[in-house]
Amino acid sequence: MADKELDRAVAGEYNLGFEIDIEEDRVPPGLNEDVIRFISKKKEEPEWMTELRLKAYRKWTQMEEPHWGHLHYDPIDYQAISYYAAPKKGPESLDEVDPKILEAYEKLGIPLEEQKQLAGVKVAVDAVVDSVSVKTTYRKELEKHGIIFCSISEAIRDYPELVQKYMFSVVPMNDNFFAALNSAVFTDGTFVYIPKGVRCPMELSTYFRINAMNTGQFERTLIVADEGSYVSYNEGCSAPMRDENQLHAAVVELIALEGAEIKYSTIQNWYPGDEEGKGGIYNFVTKRGLCEKDAKISWTQVETGSAITWKYPSCILKGDNSVGEFYSVAVTTLAQQADTGTKMIHLGKNTSSTIISKGISAMKGQNTYRGLVKIGSKAEGARNYSECDSLLIGDQCGAHTFPYLESKDAHGQVEHEATTTKISDEQLFYLRQRGIGEEDAVSMIVHGFCKEVFNQLPMEYAVEARALLNLTLEGSVG
Amino acid sequence: MSVMMDIQNLHAGIGEKEILKGLNLQIEEGKVHAIMGPNGAGKSTLSKAITGHYEVKVTDGKILYKGQDITDWEPEERALEGIFLSFQNPVEIPGVNNAYFLRTAVNARRKHLGLPELNAAEFLRKMKELVKELGMKPEMINRSLNVGFSGGEKKRNEILQMMMLEPDMIILDEIDSGLDIDALRAVSEGINKLKDGKRSFLVITHYSRILDYIQPDYIHVLMDGRIVKTAGPELVAELEEKGYGAIGAEG
Repeated sequence: MADKELDRAVAGEYNLGFEIDIEEDRVPPGLNEDVIRFISKKKEEPEWMTELRLKAYRKWTQMEEPHWGHLHYDPIDYQAISYYAAPKKGPESLDEVDPKILEAYEKLGIPLEEQKQLAGVKVAVDAVVDSVSVKTTYRKELEKHGIIFCSISEAIRDYPELVQKYMFSVVPMNDNFFAALNSAVFTDGTFVYIPKGVRCPMELSTYFRINAMNTGQFERTLIVADEGSYVSYNEGCSAPMRDENQLHAAVVELIALEGAEIKYSTIQNWYPGDEEGKGGIYNFVTKRGLCEKDAKISWTQVETGSAITWKYPSCILKGDNSVGEFYSVAVTTLAQQADTGTKMIHLGKNTSSTIISKGISAMKGQNTYRGLVKIGSKAEGARNYSECDSLLIGDQCGAHTFPYLESKDAHGQVEHEATTTKISDEQLFYLRQRGIGEEDAVSMIVHGFCKEVFNQLPMEYAVEARALLNLTLEGSVG
Repeated sequence: MSVMMDIQNLHAGIGEKEILKGLNLQIEEGKVHAIMGPNGAGKSTLSKAITGHYEVKVTDGKILYKGQDITDWEPEERALEGIFLSFQNPVEIPGVNNAYFLRTAVNARRKHLGLPELNAAEFLRKMKELVKELGMKPEMINRSLNVGFSGGEKKRNEILQMMMLEPDMIILDEIDSGLDIDALRAVSEGINKLKDGKRSFLVITHYSRILDYIQPDYIHVLMDGRIVKTAGPELVAELEEKGYGAIGAEG
């Protein structure tokens, strides 16, 4: 059936100039309109989507890579990247999933089996591996509530009206260079729709990982919470050791309609590269949410991986009384560089936002907080509280803070606090004098520093974040 | 007499400056030893040298503890073997829950001793009892370690840790400084409760006030980096009367 549709699409629209064999599991490196058509066809997309991709691609070719971040890296050759790779076969059930993939999950301490067994907590997993969704569970239970939780490709095919209405509505396709690239070539990602008044009965989770050589990954996530609904969504990533730089440019759009609440938690653990920064992931992410009246969006992120992180999960507080939150822990060790923060755009009356950012730098890590609080001319009674703290471990690392404030009228109430501290020898000695080993002592101090953010994570996710933080900082002391 | 700690010809300093200049001191098992001396004599440096503080460099001599030379041991190794220091100025550690910290420390020690770890409930029961005994507010259990604690609360928290950890060799560095009379009494009661005829105490102070509450067996006078006089508790009265100057002249 799918094949027939595909044949029709091939015959009708794309026969001219189409040079890539659709049977290929992997597209040759390079980016042009043929590659985009190939991806769209591979995904069995309707024509309107193909056209949108091509439009985005044409915009992208007119744009320039931004370089305002406090980041240093070699130029990216976009023609050297392969924009599509599929796993060898598409498994139908858990038993068919590549044992190596399952093993990778095990190594990350987040085995799917364990997730299922978590006492009383059901976690639906839509695992995206190498650009193709290989597994969706618990979908039936979600369907009972009218919740849609599927890959973005399926959503494009099965729920075109929702996708057409909301995709690009918060992050326009030409929003920035990386968002435009993603709009042209995204290969998978997740779609969530929560109907009016429904409280999603379980945490929704997607684990992403990269495992083909030299393949960029471009996820696209779209979450729509209809009026008065609630959803908590967890996104976690990891990637195994590798030598070549990998480009990752995801886009996440959240829409919280009137009275809705979206809680979006991320654990990001892409391969950070070696001590020189060689081989790590380049992570350029655009995440933005729109809040209608009385809605709330809360971003929580724990960023421990990637060689380069460029990421500013933001909230547009359009509706009156809407609330935006950003809780972040960003760790840079080895030669990692992170330029991350948030934008809180206050447009509605009595909107409020909270920013808690914790940056941890060790070894040669460079950590930058960049945040914007913008208060529009109609945002009477707008309030923001920002707290940006940096913790330094050792003396080769760096922390930088760039808070920006734009207020059209002076009617907003904005508070900003920033601290930079070093783990003191006296704190370490105190803990060691009580019999706690040096690494555990550092970990205890670091966890204390991150506490406000970890408290925002769903419980089992917080456990994972703590374990990851320990793993990341292993060997960065002394 | 059985010796808990034997400090032999200890030379130690901070930076280039030598502060302990050939200090000899024997601490007996089950006894309370008080070290008295004027400011700058090296009292705090001695407590740091015994616990392996990062600032203090030992240049000569050695510290034997339970018969082992611990001069070069890591601070946590000494702690696990039962050496406890009640800090003069306990440091604040934001976000680290007091109970969580102490349970980690207690279980690290229990593990070292080959004892089963205490579970959260067992631990909390014990901690709550002691918090009450020491006249601490119950909310101290879940506050961040020493953060925003008053001087008296910090000292009581040190004693709480001591009582939970049940160490063998306890060093109390100026435990009475900044304590009002109620706090001093509570702290002293806690210390006295731990006296069991095996545990040794080294009470470092430059006031004799605390010694009215914790009866010392020996008084050592530390001046200019050496122990210049050792005597029984009667020495306290003499020091009160004549001051350290007279002792220094004798020595």
